Amino acid sequence: MTGEEVPAGVRFLLLGDSALSVEFGQEISPAVNRRVTALRRCIDEAVKVGRLTGIVETVPTYCSLMIVYDPLALGYDELREKLAAIIDGMKLADEGKRQVVEIPVVYGGEYGPDLEEVADAHGMTAEEVIRLHSAPEYPVYMLGFVAGFPYLGGMDERLATPRKKSPRLKIAAGSVGIAGGQTGIYSVESPGGWQIIGRTPLKLYDADSENPVLLSAGCYVKFKPVLEAEFKAMMK
Amino acid sequence: MSREVQAGEKMSGIRVISGGMLTTVQDKGRYGYQASGMQVSGVMDAVAAKLANALVGNDELAEDAAVLETTYLGPELEFGQDALAAVAGGMPDVQLDGVAVQPYEAIRVRAGQRLKIAAQKAGLRAYIAVSGGFATVSALGSRSTNLKLGLGGFMGRKLAAGDVLPMGSAGDYAAKALSGRAGLRKVPKDYVENFVNQGFNAADEGRKNRQIRAVLGPQEDYFSQQSIEKFTASVYIVSENSDRMGYRLQGMAVEKAKQQDLITDGIAFGSIQIPPDGQPIIMLADHQTTGGYPKLATVATVDLPLMAQSMPGDSLQFRLISVQEAQRLLRQQHEELASVISRMQQQAAVAESCTGAKQFRLTVNGEIFDVTIKQE
Repeated sequence: MTGEEVPAGVRFLLLGDSALSVEFGQEISPAVNRRVTALRRCIDEAVKVGRLTGIVETVPTYCSLMIVYDPLALGYDELREKLAAIIDGMKLADEGKRQVVEIPVVYGGEYGPDLEEVADAHGMTAEEVIRLHSAPEYPVYMLGFVAGFPYLGGMDERLATPRKKSPRLKIAAGSVGIAGGQTGIYSVESPGGWQIIGRTPLKLYDADSENPVLLSAGCYVKFKPVLEAEFKAMMK
Repeated sequence: MSREVQAGEKMSGIRVISGGMLTTVQDKGRYGYQASGMQVSGVMDAVAAKLANALVGNDELAEDAAVLETTYLGPELEFGQDALAAVAGGMPDVQLDGVAVQPYEAIRVRAGQRLKIAAQKAGLRAYIAVSGGFATVSALGSRSTNLKLGLGGFMGRKLAAGDVLPMGSAGDYAAKALSGRAGLRKVPKDYVENFVNQGFNAADEGRKNRQIRAVLGPQEDYFSQQSIEKFTASVYIVSENSDRMGYRLQGMAVEKAKQQDLITDGIAFGSIQIPPDGQPIIMLADHQTTGGYPKLATVATVDLPLMAQSMPGDSLQFRLISVQEAQRLLRQQHEELASVISRMQQQAAVAESCTGAKQFRLTVNGEIFDVTIKQE
């Protein structure tokens, strides 16, 4: 396995007696986030082979991994010691194995009522907005806020648009939007102030599925423009 | 399967006559999905729920038995089959067919009888356990109701009149207790008294402040030593704007020393968030998994039952302890609880007839009566 040694500068942050966060830095960047997902993988592995017991679950965020544990099975001092050893020996995964999830999106019209407004705000055509928005592979830094909601990085700065002045009461699940310098996908229907430019027929959260959530931290998202007819066919 | 009962349908399980204020099916919570942004949910007062389950013999079951969590005004339930029931948490007013029965004690309920939780005389949430547990469909490994997602519990929502809750298979103790071959388990009186009144100062000090222990962090570096001291010296009132997701407190504003925005990170059950207005928010069972407000401290797990039983208007005072101390206190609470449950098991292991009381079951005009004759 090729990889680099994880440098010092890691912080253990206390979240009471049943959880702690391991923080790898204080910036939103793929480099910091890769360490978070690497630690998560190492902990999963240690749990699987029985080298670590008492772990309830781990929750990756931008810069840190929250580790929920059972203090009746594993005390804080012991956990800290074990984590330090794991971090010392941690290798980062090869960047070659990038997992990209393609998200079909119908842009504009009733599915993306704010597309024209976003285009106007930047003096672009709707087509240019679509081209810029569907070009990158966006890293999924973390999920949170609601079930299945991905925090994406890497949006083209030329698309940065302030939120709507008054939020909508209802935004359909699958809606793709822009808020400031961020782009995102509504995983469940909810109120919100994002500029909605399109919608995907994919379910980012599906309660009836064994894997209820489509995306996971560490993967990448690529938007693929589709026609309304294709969207409708996929909804069936 | 949970479903609504049709008129005239023969019923087993438990029918909801009235749902109360906010009654939900809960177990220990839905773990393993926080990385997907899904809240854990689960019981707010884990100690009371565990006592209720142990009273009806669900401690024997292989899986985590679900209970009903009530909020101040509880439900009225009609049993379609004989069962053991028990109610614990705060000091609920419990009635069986209109007659007062004791909380913190197992109750024999016969088919057709109605159990009602009228109100809380102390605390906010009661836990109703039945032998075999409430066997609604398990969703992603848990029966806990996630109200936000409409997942788990009974159709993902709070209970309403007409709902029928299925019951799981009862254990050995429940079968014995129902047929009079074992006594009824009771939580020892001294334990109940301590449990219900813990965290309060002596009554003669005027307004009672609940003492809540907490562990500093994860973002203590966002606050000056002075504002942390002010936080522990102040009294906070639980506001009306409080629910299973979190309690908003009112009191001395906690000032931030560092104005830099926090990058969204993980939230724990008990996290004390400080939003821009400085009024703390305690994140509870239905808390979102991540958030961007700095978190000053986290309530020690041993005191989460106290938080859960606090209601709007109650006053709280926080005391900081080390993580090692918090874990020691939790182990101690766990051991005490195990010893109380073991005492209950031993005390009720034999039929009441062996301890000076005799029990009969009489059938009069098709109605079943359990008669106990005590020899003084």
